[in-house]
Parts: sequence; structure tokens; C-alpha cells
Amino acid sequence: MWLFNSSVGRKFVMSITGACLAFFLLFHASMNLVAIISEEGYNMICEFLGANWYALVGTLGLAFLAVVHIIYAFALSIINYRARGRERYAVSDRSNGVEWASMNMLVLGFIILGGLCLHLVNFWAKMQLVEILGSEPANGVELIKYTFSKWYFAIIYLLWFVALWYHLTHGIWSAMQTLGWSNNIWLPRIKCISNIIATIIVLMFVAVLVWYFVAGNCCCASACAA
Amino acid sequence: MDKTINVTLKIWRQAGPKVKGHFETYKLDNISTDSSFLEMLDILNEQLISEKKEPVVFDHDCREGICGMCSLYINGHPHGPDSAVTTCQLHMRRFHDGDTITVEPWRSNAFPVIRDLMVDRRAYDKIMQAGGFVSVNTGGVPDANAIPIPKKDADEAMDNASCIGCGACAAACKNGSAMLFVAAKVSQLALLPQGKVEAARRVKAMLGKMDELGFGNCTNTGACAAECPKCVPLSAIARLNREFICAKFKD
Ligand code: HEM
Ligand code: SF4
Ligand code: FES
Repeated sequence: MWLFNSSVGRKFVMSITGACLAFFLLFHASMNLVAIISEEGYNMICEFLGANWYALVGTLGLAFLAVVHIIYAFALSIINYRARGRERYAVSDRSNGVEWASMNMLVLGFIILGGLCLHLVNFWAKMQLVEILGSEPANGVELIKYTFSKWYFAIIYLLWFVALWYHLTHGIWSAMQTLGWSNNIWLPRIKCISNIIATIIVLMFVAVLVWYFVAGNCCCASACAA
Repeated sequence: MDKTINVTLKIWRQAGPKVKGHFETYKLDNISTDSSFLEMLDILNEQLISEKKEPVVFDHDCREGICGMCSLYINGHPHGPDSAVTTCQLHMRRFHDGDTITVEPWRSNAFPVIRDLMVDRRAYDKIMQAGGFVSVNTGGVPDANAIPIPKKDADEAMDNASCIGCGACAAACKNGSAMLFVAAKVSQLALLPQGKVEAARRVKAMLGKMDELGFGNCTNTGACAAECPKCVPLSAIARLNREFICAKFKD
């Protein structure tokens, strides 16, 4: 099957799963933004995407994409490491305009994976999982308020977002190039599009984090002062 | 007036494919900055021979940037620090007095070292044999202008046809991928009407051979196009992907 045993086939799988995950992030980040605009609105979305069949199908689909993306990431990295040969260059000069992110996709992926685990424990386990198990899910907005008011969570999430940004700035245009949607004119354009989409996604996530960090800590400060 | 410089060379020496290699340091004095890099190595070899030592083995042929034989990894760059030139077109004026110059062979699994700085690049020939041609029946040669070709396509095909098969793309790639070479060879034919006929078969055969020979998967780092002495553009790889994916979906 060409999706396993040809290099372009493997990259095809990588780019499709990556692009779908990126679309999911765009959707997820816009939902989060609602938490700034209206707390009730956000809780309504949480309820809507609880343990319904469509939310569950979506979650399973996402998990499948993520697992395939990660398995392929390892497979590709191992094949590529071997292809490089046993002997390494003594001197290598990287001043030739090669993006840093493109050389470190696996490392960035690991950081994303770590952040993802924390995120699932922080939120998903207390919301959708609890509901699947039959109890009352936690209040979405309250959970955000609690988590993002803690400075250590805020820092870990910020680092996570930075890694995500780097991964996406390379990943999005790379996926388009892999699918063949590129030529001499469009190559600079898709790189630019990639940066814009990555920045929009990450800024939306960061906005919610900063909003609730400031809200949480300023309320504390005024409460202490009072 | 002729300017001369003194340089220190750190050169990879390896007696054979299975033997462990190491760096050897040589000092060379009074090298004219007008000499080419390969002439400088010739001077080194003369010196070594006169000292009854083994000369350094390296590949070269045309010494004018068209055959693709010269293949040295110089100071961290395939074909040296200059852009858009081959090793044989590199001159000593690019270096300064007192410089230490590190010279290594291409290092890639599919290009095993034969001796010193010479590697076995037959892998690229095998990829070409797998499908890098147009099948024609013998007979009268048709007029070159019988099939009109838009100038834009002809130019782009020519840009890809400028690939000399030197192997710098795979040598520069952190994934040991030969995609830029295969992309150039697929593109030069896929862009022209005569080549389109067999395009699907060609791309599957050449890419299949590339994978079989142990080259890596392209992750679009772009080091190949940055180091290619013939400036084959990265967009060629997108065309290769497009041709391959379309061919597979048609099957
Ligand atoms: C939300 C999570 C993620 C998103 C949106 C995402 C997105 C992407 C995209 C769009 C690509 C480009 C595909 C291509 O070049 O064709 C990519 C590549 C890659 N991803 Fe991810 N990714 C995510 C998580 C991860 C994780 C968790 C790992 C690893 C543990 C990972 C490892 C990699 C690697 C190694 C590549 C480069 C592979 C290649 O270019 O061949 N990613 N990712
Ligand atoms: S694409 Fe460029 S670097 Fe690769 S073999 Fe051809 S000329 Fe050499
Ligand atoms: S010797 Fe022919 S290209 Fe350098």
C-alpha cells in the first residue's frame, strides 16, 4: 500500500492528519474565545459538546488522527535517521536559510504531546470523561478560571503554545507542499499563509489564557488588599 | 599581482568502504588565490606524492561545472561556501590566509564512501535507469518545432534539466532524501508534451527506486535547494508530489 511503503505516501498521511489537526485547533481556539465574550455562552458550548454521540465520534476521530500522526512521526524520523548514514559531518553550517522549526519537528511534537497530556488531565478528564462515566461534568468556565489563575499552569501552557506555533509555522506550508499545492509563485505565499494561520490559532489560545490569568490574579490582589 | 595564502586542511581519509575513517591535517603554503579548489588539492597531492605518501582520492572530471562528478563537503557546505557553483568552480579567493578548511565526503546511507573523499553515487544512475527517460521508436527525427511548447514551460523544464546529478541535495539533507534530484528529473520531462505520455509510470518507477535504495523522506527543510549548485527550485518537489499522488489516485 503506497500510504505505508512509499516516502511520498507516508508524507501524504502526515500532511492530511496534520492539516486535520490544525483545522480542529482553529475550531477549538474559536470556541475558547467565546469564554472571553460570554461565560454562559461558553458553558452552553461545553454542554453541547458533552457526551453526545457527535461529540464522541469527533473525539474518537481526533484521537485516531493524533495517533496516526504520532506513529508516522516516529516511523519517518527513524527511517530518516537511518538514511542519513552512520558517519555524521564534523562541520555543518546552518546559515543557509533552513527554518529552525523544520529541523526540530519531532522535538516540538514531543513538547506538544506533553502539553496535550497535561491538557487532557486538566480539562478533558474533568469534563467529557466524567460525563461519559455518568456523573456531572465540571463547570467549563470555572475550570478555566481555576487552571489559568495558577502561575505554573499559565507558564506551562504558554510554552506549549510557543511549541505549537513553531510546529504549525512549518507544518502548514509543509503539508501544502507535500500535497503538491505549491509552485514558484505560491511557495512564498503558502509560507506566509502558514505563518498567519499559526499566529491566529496561537493568539486565540493565548488571549484566553492571559484574560483569565489577569482576571484571576487581579481579583486575588484586590481581595487581599480589601 | 598574484596573492597567495597559507591554509590548513582537515581532510577525511578512509582506506576503503568498510574501514574506519579519520581526519588528517595538512598545511599548504603559498596557494594562489586565483587557483581553483581542486587545483589546490592537486598541489596537496603532488606534495604528498613527493613525500612518498598516499595522495587524497577525490572525484572530478570536467572541472567546469557540467558533469556533476566533483563532490566535496567543504566547511559545512556541499560544494563549499559559495552559492550556485560546483566544487570545481570554487576558487581559493573565497578563503583567507590562515583559514582551516575541513573537507569531507558526501555522508548519506545511499552514498557509501569508496575511498577518502570519493563516494559511490551509482544510486542516482539507478534512479535514472528506473524511468528517467522518454521511450521513442527509432526512425526519422521529427522537426524540433513540430510540437509547439509555451516558452514558460520550456524555460521551467530547462531550469530542471540543469540538474547535473551531483548528489549535493542528498548530501545536504538531514533526512538523506534525494527528492530534489528526482523532482528535477521528473519535472524536466513532465513539463513537456513528449514526456507527459509516460509521466505517471515514470514518477512511480523513479520514486519507488529512490525509496528502495534507502533515501529518506522529505520533510521540506529546504537545505537541498539552498545548496544545489544549479539552483533547482524547491517547487520541483511539489510537482513530484503532485505527479505521484495523482498517479496513485488514478490507479
Ligand atoms: C495539535 C497537534 C499537532 C498538529 C496540528 C500538527 C500538525 C502538523 C503538520 C500540519 C505537519 C506537516 C506535515 C507535512 O509536512 O506534510 C506536521 C508534521 C510533523 N509533526 Fe505534527 N502536529 C501535531 C502534533 C504532533 C505530535 C504530538 C508529534 C510527535 C510526537 C508531531 C510530530 C510531527 C513531525 C515529526 C512532523 C514532521 C514530519 C514530516 O514533515 O515528515 N506532531 N505536524
Ligand atoms: S538537484 Fe541540484 S544538488 Fe541535486 S543532484 Fe541535481 S544539481 Fe546536484
Ligand atoms: S568536475 Fe564536473 S562538475 Fe565539477
